Amino acid sequence: MDKQEKKKNTTISQVREGVKADFDIINHCLIIKLFEDLDHHNAIPIREQSDKLLNTHPVQNVIFDFSGSEFMDSSGIGVIMGRYKKIIFSGGKAAVTGVNQSVDRIFRLSGLYKIIHKFNTIEEAVEVLNQK
Amino acid sequence: MDYTNEMLLEIDSKSRNESFARMVVAGFVAQLDPTIEEIADIKTAVSEAVTNAIIHGYDSGEGKIKVNCKICNHEVFIEIKDSGKGIEDIEKAMEPLYTTRPEMERSGMGFSFMEAFMDDLEVESKPGEGTTIKMKKVIH
Repeated sequence: MDKQEKKKNTTISQVREGVKADFDIINHCLIIKLFEDLDHHNAIPIREQSDKLLNTHPVQNVIFDFSGSEFMDSSGIGVIMGRYKKIIFSGGKAAVTGVNQSVDRIFRLSGLYKIIHKFNTIEEAVEVLNQK
Repeated sequence: MDYTNEMLLEIDSKSRNESFARMVVAGFVAQLDPTIEEIADIKTAVSEAVTNAIIHGYDSGEGKIKVNCKICNHEVFIEIKDSGKGIEDIEKAMEPLYTTRPEMERSGMGFSFMEAFMDDLEVESKPGEGTTIKMKKVIH
């Protein structure tokens, strides 16, 4: 793999204070794979690690994958909104994937679907976000 | 003859206890055989109230939070109480999207979610003394 390819695809696994989330960067998309509930407690390290990566890598879009997470409250809305605000200035987009019924309801109630895209899979999200 | 059951949990004001509080209440309410959605509703409401007590009541500092849950037939009463700084203007606090901590990426939707997911919500607060959130939900 040449240097360009290497920079495009990066997998960074993080285990931090019991919160486990995988962070991947694929085709300028930061993919945050949650393995825990997205509440106030877990939002803090997720925010810190996301921002660290956003500041050091050429990321255009952000994708939150909920396949491994069954719960989110308004703290999750806050952390998603925060990352969204960071990337829109450079024309970036945010998306969520793998949301279950409960998490989907929170997104619908909050009105976040007006600005955040929803996809079934990460692959679909990466493809569509990079197209537009 | 009325069926009643009650529990009281006291936890440190630590964010780590947010999921614990959700689990305890969900576990207690399970005896009413709620639907997945009803459980999710209650967990979310408890999460919002406990998080508020931690972030706002105690300003992310030390304190104790009491989670009281009472079942009466098909009704669940949940009371979340802190002895923190209290709310100056309850009406303003409950306004959708209003938050005193935007720098913490707080969405200001906590009370809106509690209201949406529970059948009844009452907020009692006295500045300098603390806040009590009272919520009620009928389980079908």
